[in-house]
Amino acid sequence: MSENVKFVQGNEACAEAALYAGLDFYAGYPITPSSEITEYLAYHLPQIGGKFLQMEDEIASLCAIIGASLTGRKVMTATSGPGFSLMQEALGYAIMAEIPCVIVDVQRGGPSTGLPTHGSQADVNQARWGTHGDHAIIALTASNHQDVFSITVEAFNLAETYRTPVILLLDELVAHMRERLVIPEPGKIPLVDRLKTSVKEGVDYHPYLPREDGRLPMSDFGGVHRFNVTGLFHDMWGFPSSEPSIVHGLLRHLVDKLENRAHQLACYKEYYTEDAEQLLLSYGSSARSALHTVENRRKRGERLGLLELQTLWPFPEDIVREKCAGMKSVIVVEQNMGQVLQAVKLAVDEPAKVFLANRIDGVFITPADILNILRLIQGKGV
Amino acid sequence: MAKPKLKKHHINRDWCKGCGICVELCPKKVLELDDQDKVSALRLQDCICCRLCEFRCPDFAIEIETKE
Amino acid sequence: MAIKDYLRERFFPHLWCPGCGHGMVLNGLLRAIDKLGMSKNEIVMVSGIGCSSRITGYVDFHTLHTIHGRALAFATGVKMARPELNLIVPMGDGDALAIGGNHFIHAARRNIDITAIVMNNRIYGMTGGQFSPLSGENIRATTAPYLTIDPSFDVVELAKAAGATFVARTTTYHIQQVSDIIGKAILHEGFSVVEVLSQCPTYFGRKNKEGDAVDMVQHFKKNTTSIGSKAKQENPDLIERGIFVQTELPEYCSEYEKMVQRAMKGQ
Repeated sequence: MSENVKFVQGNEACAEAALYAGLDFYAGYPITPSSEITEYLAYHLPQIGGKFLQMEDEIASLCAIIGASLTGRKVMTATSGPGFSLMQEALGYAIMAEIPCVIVDVQRGGPSTGLPTHGSQADVNQARWGTHGDHAIIALTASNHQDVFSITVEAFNLAETYRTPVILLLDELVAHMRERLVIPEPGKIPLVDRLKTSVKEGVDYHPYLPREDGRLPMSDFGGVHRFNVTGLFHDMWGFPSSEPSIVHGLLRHLVDKLENRAHQLACYKEYYTEDAEQLLLSYGSSARSALHTVENRRKRGERLGLLELQTLWPFPEDIVREKCAGMKSVIVVEQNMGQVLQAVKLAVDEPAKVFLANRIDGVFITPADILNILRLIQGKGV
Repeated sequence: MAKPKLKKHHINRDWCKGCGICVELCPKKVLELDDQDKVSALRLQDCICCRLCEFRCPDFAIEIETKE
Repeated sequence: MAIKDYLRERFFPHLWCPGCGHGMVLNGLLRAIDKLGMSKNEIVMVSGIGCSSRITGYVDFHTLHTIHGRALAFATGVKMARPELNLIVPMGDGDALAIGGNHFIHAARRNIDITAIVMNNRIYGMTGGQFSPLSGENIRATTAPYLTIDPSFDVVELAKAAGATFVARTTTYHIQQVSDIIGKAILHEGFSVVEVLSQCPTYFGRKNKEGDAVDMVQHFKKNTTSIGSKAKQENPDLIERGIFVQTELPEYCSEYEKMVQRAMKGQ
């Protein structure tokens, strides 16, 4: 069979991947620069008998997919910064109630309405800390359409594995750029379906009792087990509790199930790192310019490498520390005022050697921008 | 159909909060609150088994058992 | 089935105050469900936040206790995903019509088959007695020490205007009507709204000198009348009770299925 090759926007690559991963329930609200995901799924989901809802706002969109997920469906919503801000309370609910869902945030310039049609990577910390209270979160990103495809499938797999919301942080540039995409044969990328309980009808089922591996078998709403789901701290049946040992135990579980697996959850790519003396660290669209810079400097004999992160949260601290060790300098390339920079500085042994190459004016960071910073750091002037 | 006859007022004292709604709204004034503010059925002979006390109780604390 | 078979008895006595109307609404609701002979597995109850929303913890259905104001949005997701399930969404007045007002009108506009019950006690009880969009004017509340100046929504008129195809109102005094109307609302195919005037003796009653729970319930008897009654003509201040709207219009989930058929044929 010939390859299924398409020439598509990043947003379409994301939507295609969601369908590949088994998405069958989507709710969304129009917002630039994510609307193409919603439009694409409005067209394709009904054709396969899936459900598509255009809700009254982003809050309702996330709430609706959480409800649908409880009945056993694979669900997603997509938005951009302002909509992502509105979703934060319901995001916390999905974390607390351990409901699998995928939330795509196609980042644009902010704060507020900001720069609706320009790129940015300034929602990294909102993805981490946007909802209130202590918690852990998974946030993934990608720099090209083939990776957007595979990382979107990974987002569904992680959501279903760990009963958690997963945030997909795309950015306007990747979302709106057109590029070649090869749709893999069905089954080529393994899919994870949620763990269903084997507890029989009439036997006491504990929806919130984790197994030894931290996973929690689910029972669909409408099935034989009736249980309670709440955003309050709750016991193993899902009933509200403020008993200190239960509160402590649940919060530890919610954080540990992801933070203790940071290494396992880490997706990243390396370019020319084996003999590198200096390292660029980047992600999303910025990583495209970073890679271009590395390849150019290599031609001139400079030992420059690139670490491209695809998992931003939980932050792959061990991997970043290891890859940055012994480098003359580490330059974090991103389109914000240093959100991943801070995480890198916390992770490495020599934070004074970590620098920032960024743009915050809505213009895509270019290899020339990175080179300027590089030359400054190397003491060569601009 | 014969009118139902009263068999028993089942009162759950643990659930009764003594709001008095059943007492005051009983059409035959069968019920009263005791010294611990819990409902008790005093004038059983007057009960017409309308069950309004049971239906209106906010606490599910009263149940009328009848026999045909 | 006995009414108690629908309860999660281990959580009783419940957390509501003595004389709270919400327990009466629950009582009426369960009698309606019992009369319809519904199985517990086919009911999903969704609630938001507030005194009224704690109702989901007490009933042995599939229960979803969500975030403030958004219960109808969650319920829309559940219903669309599994249209064969019966969705019942009890809400407080602030939950349904302040923070949740947008979801309320849009659920009504879609005419999705969900039964919304507005347990209207005209006050935020859980947070300590602040006025709500259903308090109306000249009401004393912890956030209205000089009496409210905010006019109130009329739930019935709002639901009608937004497109709900079943709209009714009753009170906790009229407990058999509560059961009767909720039963009809559940059977109705489309978005149904049942407003039940409910008493909060702790915060509304005390602050506004309406007496105790008994006085407040009797107040509902005195101040309401059946739709179109002679009493209403004589005293326009009386609040009408009964079913205001009951019409058959295309239901959202059924319309979606028709759209799927079109999409599959490539039209």
